[in-house]
Order: sequence, then C-alpha cells, then structure tokens
Amino acid sequence: MKDVSYYPGCSLHGTAREYDDSIRGVSKLLDIGLHELEDWTCCGASSAHCTDEELAIELAARNLAIAEKSDRELLVPCVACYSRFKAVEKEVKEHSKKVYFPYRGNVPIRYALDFFCDEAILEEVKKKRAKPLSGLKVACYYGCLTVRPPKVTGIREYENPQHMDRLMKLLGAEPLPWSYKTDCCGASLVMTRTDIVRKLNDRLLSMAKEAEADCLVTGCPMCQANLDTRQEELEKETGKRYDLPILYFTELMGLALGHRDARKWFNRHITDPIKILSAKGLM
Amino acid sequence: MEPSKQFDPKENSFLSEVVRSSGETIQACFQCQKCSAGCPIAYAMDILPNQVLRHIQYGHREKVLSSKTIWICASCYTCSVRCPNNIDIAKIMDTLRNFSIRSGVEAGEKDVPVFHSVFLDTIKTRGRIHELSLILQFKSKTKDFFKDAGLGWKMFRKGKIKILPSRFGGGKEIQEIFNAFEKGERR
Repeated sequence: MKDVSYYPGCSLHGTAREYDDSIRGVSKLLDIGLHELEDWTCCGASSAHCTDEELAIELAARNLAIAEKSDRELLVPCVACYSRFKAVEKEVKEHSKKVYFPYRGNVPIRYALDFFCDEAILEEVKKKRAKPLSGLKVACYYGCLTVRPPKVTGIREYENPQHMDRLMKLLGAEPLPWSYKTDCCGASLVMTRTDIVRKLNDRLLSMAKEAEADCLVTGCPMCQANLDTRQEELEKETGKRYDLPILYFTELMGLALGHRDARKWFNRHITDPIKILSAKGLM
Repeated sequence: MEPSKQFDPKENSFLSEVVRSSGETIQACFQCQKCSAGCPIAYAMDILPNQVLRHIQYGHREKVLSSKTIWICASCYTCSVRCPNNIDIAKIMDTLRNFSIRSGVEAGEKDVPVFHSVFLDTIKTRGRIHELSLILQFKSKTKDFFKDAGLGWKMFRKGKIKILPSRFGGGKEIQEIFNAFEKGERR
C-alpha cells in the first residue's frame, strides 16, 4: 500500500515492546512498509526541553535530518517524540530557526494514531477485518500530547477528540463516552513524585470503571506503562478494585485483523487483558 | 506586536527576560484563573499557575524560580489551551525551569531536577535512553533503591525490561552536540 520511515523511539525498545511489535504486525497486514531510521537517537523528551531548550531542538533535529534524506512520511508512535518533532518543525519552518543538522522542515511527521486513522487505511482495515471486537467496551484515552497543544497537533476537537473512538467502532468495539479522555496521567513524574501520579491514576481508572469500560485504550507508551503497572499498589492504598487492562490501539487493531501474535503482546501486560478478552470470546 | 519586541532590548526586568525567552505575552494575563482551575496538579503546587504569571509580572524572580510548581507541572498543556489570552503557560514553565537551573537559586523540588540531569546524562553517554540504566543511575543519586523494586521484578518477568542497551552508530554525534553545548559553542 505504501512505505513510510519509522522512528520507534526509546520506549518502544523497552517497556513498550508490545506497542512496537503490534505496529509492525498491523503494518504488515495492511501492506505498509516500515523503514526504521538508521542510527536514530533519543528525541530528548521531556528532560531536554525542561532544562535546555536549545539542546532539545538539536537532539530532535538530528533525527529529522535523517528522515529528510528520503521523501517518505515519518511514522512516530510515541507521542512525546511526536510532540518534540512537531515543535522543532515549527521552529525551523515558521521561525526560521537555524539548526546544526541539515534539516529544513520538509518531513511529513505523522503520529501513529493519526496515521492509522487516515481514510485510506481505515478502508483497508474495514476490508481486512477478520474478527470484529463485538461486545468489548473501551474507554478511549487520548491523554495530553496526542491532542495538545492544538497549534502543534493540528487536532480541532482537542477537548473531546473522536478519532480513536471512530477507529474502535470500525474494529467492532463499543467506545464509551467518558469525561477523562484528555486528562493527564502524570507520567513525567512517575519516578520523582509517585504520590501525585497515584492520585491522577486513581481518578482516571475510577472514571473508566464508572463508565463500565472493559479496558482503556491508548497510543502513548508513557500513559500505558504508568496506568498498567501500578494498579495493584494503588488498590492497596485506595481499597478499590480496578483490574482494568490498558491496551495500545494497535494491539486491538491486530486482534481484529486476526494477527497471530496478539496473545504474545497481551502476555507482556502487567494488568492481564487476556482474561476479559477470553470472557468476551475474542481470544 | 511580537512579544520579543515589546521591550527595549536593554530592559532587563524578570518579566522582560521571561517574555523574550518564551515568546509569550505574559503581560496579557488578567487573572481569570482558568489555568489553575483546569490544572490536574494544582492541589500539590505551592504557587498556582495564575499566581506564577502574576509573580513574573511583579518581577519576583526568586519566588518563582524556587517554587515547587515549576518542577511538578507535568506539561499537559491544559492551561495553555484554555487561556483566553492565548498565553502558552506550559511553555513558560519550560522557560522557568531552564532559568531555574542556571540561576543558582535552590530548586523547590529535590528529585525532579536530578531526574532530568540523569536522563540527559544517559542520552549523552548512550545516544538513546536505556530505561534500566536510567533507573539505576537515578536511584544511585537519590539513594532510594527499594522503591518499586517489586514492580521492577514483575516487569522483568514480563519481558518489559531490556537488560543491555542497543548497539548503534549515532552515539558519537550526540556526544558532539553535548560537548558543543557544554563549551558554549552552540548557543
């Protein structure tokens, strides 16, 4: 169908491996060729721009310069990397910022969720859908940087985004209306102010439970790791029961497209998704 | 008018510095407090986002740069999108963190700036973030080895922790960038 450059980013080589694997799996099924950028390096998010704006620009620009050697679109699955790349694109293109690496602002930078929600790709998904996710109630969680700031993301419905909801509907799942779609999970403070993060996690998980979600769906590796890994310790603190699997949207795409590795991806989660997916007859 | 041109270049008030560096029109804030009302972390802050802007207007440099607020702001941009005057408050927080590190004022949060500096060290030495190295180095600085140890083991068993960093060729260029910045050649 088409070929794109691919910048996985650091998380996808570590805690977010199942995001990387499912993107690769889904792309293959949809005839999208992924070309991983050669010798890519960290985009610097978030520590670089928190502490040294100029350094942050150079760290991101190096990768964009590599991508600019081809005229392919650049697919970026991590929303923190995406946000940095778009910010640097804006600096270079609109403010004529001079960067050390030969980057001129001419790479179409695509966040994975936006990319997979393109009309042409949705058509293909519709055609190839092997197993509709019937009966699965999902809370689409967009978080912060997938939608904000709109001057960077270009998203118009930033207070109540719908594109992931539409994708989930197309896969046969039932996206639920809920009020914490774009609230922050605090992932950037996970190592340093875990107390704050726990409070934000409790709010999000409780609201998704209240909406009667079977699982929460995200396209951000930080949100996923943050919300997936701490449910047990949070349960001890709040006395609530969450048991809410946090899935990447690409994992659910893979499941609906009948990818044979889906179980392997789900096995890597700390909060087990296989139980609920089996109960719904989807695995 | 461009925010950067609103002040005489010789003007060196705290307000003019932050406006020039962030590119944001801080003078436009009329204290509607929407930023603080929507901030998910406001409850843990020592000065609320709208108060940060007011303190900047008044030139209270030390008060702002030594606050907890600038370090626990999670950069979620909720304030920025809701500001009726289009002030990108989250971006101003970045500017303030940049200033705070260079100011010599003691940071209001202990661990957050340490985390950022360890994070940057990891990029400098490896070119990419290797999560395990990052966590171990951060823990060796904060001397808190037992927090999350159980969780770490669980994640390891799920294959979520990569033991060895990847091998690739971009690291040298990254070191050059860092060296140039450290020597002040690229600013």
